[in-house]
Amino acid sequence: MIGDELVQLLSPEGERVEHPDYDSSLTHDEILSFYRDMVIVRRLCNESTSLQRQGQLALWAPLQGQEAAQIGAGRALAPSDFTFPSYREHGIAWTRGVPPKDMLRIFRATTTGGWDPQRYRHSLPTVVLGDQTLHAVGYAMGIQRDGAEEAVMTFFGDGASSQGDVLESFVWAASFSAPVVFVLQNNQWAISEPASLQTKIPLYHRAHGFGFPGVRVDGNDVLAMYEVARRALDRARTGGGPTLIEAYTYRMGAHTTSDDPTRYRVDAEVEVWRHRDPIERVKALLVREHGVPRATFDEIGAQAEALALQLREDVLAMDGPDPQSMFDHVYAEPHPLVDAGRRELVELGIGGRA
Amino acid sequence: MTTQTMTMARALNEGLRRAMEKDKKVLLMGEDIGKLGGVFRITDGLQKDFGEDRVIDAPLAESAIVGTAVGLAIRGYRTVVEIQFDGFVYPAFDQIVSQVAKLRKRSDGVYTMGLVIRLPFQGGIGAIEHHSESPEAYFVHTAGLRVVACSTPNDAYWMIQQAVEHDDPIIFCEPKSRYWEKGEVDLDRPPNGLFDAVVRREGTDVTVVAYGAMVKTCLRAAEVAAGEGRSLEVIDARGLSPLDIDTMAQSLDKTGRLVVVQEAPPSASVGSEIAATLAERCFYALRAPATRVSAYHVPYPPSRIEDAYRPSVDRVLDAVDRVMEFDQ
Repeated sequence: MIGDELVQLLSPEGERVEHPDYDSSLTHDEILSFYRDMVIVRRLCNESTSLQRQGQLALWAPLQGQEAAQIGAGRALAPSDFTFPSYREHGIAWTRGVPPKDMLRIFRATTTGGWDPQRYRHSLPTVVLGDQTLHAVGYAMGIQRDGAEEAVMTFFGDGASSQGDVLESFVWAASFSAPVVFVLQNNQWAISEPASLQTKIPLYHRAHGFGFPGVRVDGNDVLAMYEVARRALDRARTGGGPTLIEAYTYRMGAHTTSDDPTRYRVDAEVEVWRHRDPIERVKALLVREHGVPRATFDEIGAQAEALALQLREDVLAMDGPDPQSMFDHVYAEPHPLVDAGRRELVELGIGGRA
Repeated sequence: MTTQTMTMARALNEGLRRAMEKDKKVLLMGEDIGKLGGVFRITDGLQKDFGEDRVIDAPLAESAIVGTAVGLAIRGYRTVVEIQFDGFVYPAFDQIVSQVAKLRKRSDGVYTMGLVIRLPFQGGIGAIEHHSESPEAYFVHTAGLRVVACSTPNDAYWMIQQAVEHDDPIIFCEPKSRYWEKGEVDLDRPPNGLFDAVVRREGTDVTVVAYGAMVKTCLRAAEVAAGEGRSLEVIDARGLSPLDIDTMAQSLDKTGRLVVVQEAPPSASVGSEIAATLAERCFYALRAPATRVSAYHVPYPPSRIEDAYRPSVDRVLDAVDRVMEFDQ
């Protein structure tokens, strides 16, 4: 169950790599569409960073560097599966169909949510580290009771791997053989703390101690991420129980726009990872193996550009919320203290929809 | 009317059974609640009758008990969670205040947090530490949660069913020192709404508000006071969030004197909230300062001296004396 090697099917140079347990099943069109997804989410992420720098967002948590980990895992999901993200899973949200502008609502501080989680089968960002892993296991226990062939995937990072809730979720998932896939994106840094502070062993080894398989994947290899995630999801859906996938990757940008990584990490390290870029290697493969012409890449770039412009327009048009909306949906049934608060704002003339 | 005499523990058991029969989505989860029936036997026999899929023996991790119940709620289940003792709820505090309380709001009403967190609370059973606490104020303070406390078998039977049916998450406080006391249960009809305060004894001189185990203490005090020619009106608050302030204010309009009795320490407590709210609302009715009788601001003491810590009949009567001295 424990091997030290990384599952990799595509080298940083864009050459295919043989692996004893995994083969890439992806067609040319699928690889191209994964490439497209990665280019788009990176472009949207960069646009979001700009929007924050221009004062249009309260905060942004960039995903740059983690596009393959997220697109690979996200594209392995079936529409009926359910996902429980942390707060950097913009790529997963994209694969679930969440409109980009809805992903940004929470960062523009117009809401504490952003989308209908049941509609997209993608729960809301979770900022308290690791809490969502327990929700994922509970949801998976519900799937078992419904007798459904569905799986849950939940996402967290190397920092959150130290949280008690994450370790409790491992116990629960193992004991109840819950249909859940844990995707640990080890991006090497929890704000300023290196992963070596969170663990003295490779993180995927932890799964073994809890009694289920753990796999370390090159998180910058979208082909490998997809295959490993697909197999883990199949296993979960067919009663095999949980899997831990450690996507070994790198946070190329800051933790958030409030962070300054130059204070704690050296440029040389970032440079090493720049050569392992998740997008460039797929482009190299597409050119070499499939002869994809430049015009196709230009078209994808133009599509990403158009989406980024649209996102900017949508964000700038995003107003509100009405102050009185703070009282909505706190409870399912009326609560006198909420009602009293609402009355006071009405009397003060603050907010109020036309 | 079909009535049956039973203990509060049995009434909770019967109430849970009825809730599970009514709705197949109702699950129970907690430590030792299966074969053992829980350390207080509240779930006795339920796993045998409803199966291990619906009555779930949980690994020993309170945050996970609540956190997985959140996931089950998102999937459409209603889980009644048993926290074995009040003092063990704190590992789950984050899940309760950060997730259970907020997810309906954050999802614009899409997520229904259908869960009941049963909390055997308060002391008086001679237990060792962490087994006798009154943590209700932490939850009353948190928007998104509702908190109730039962004090009789009839209330226990009905309130647990009402809590399960309610679409908001509910912290359900059970006074463990009253688990084995018997009372009549009306099996046909709930006596009140889940959050309604109830006048347990009518009186004219002083309004005494209590909840959980303190209701009985106050009823005893009222007996003694009656012998001294003083008439206490005893109100069982039942709903702690929301509070049924109307019922209390109505009583205060009549008596003009308020004593709130709680087993929790006084600072930022439910008793403080009741006293402050009534002082604001009924200022002209008050003939004496709104007065609290609480436990002391110390950790729950060794249980050999818990009787000196928990409000007693004498301490309630002392407070009654104090408010009666203001004779205007």
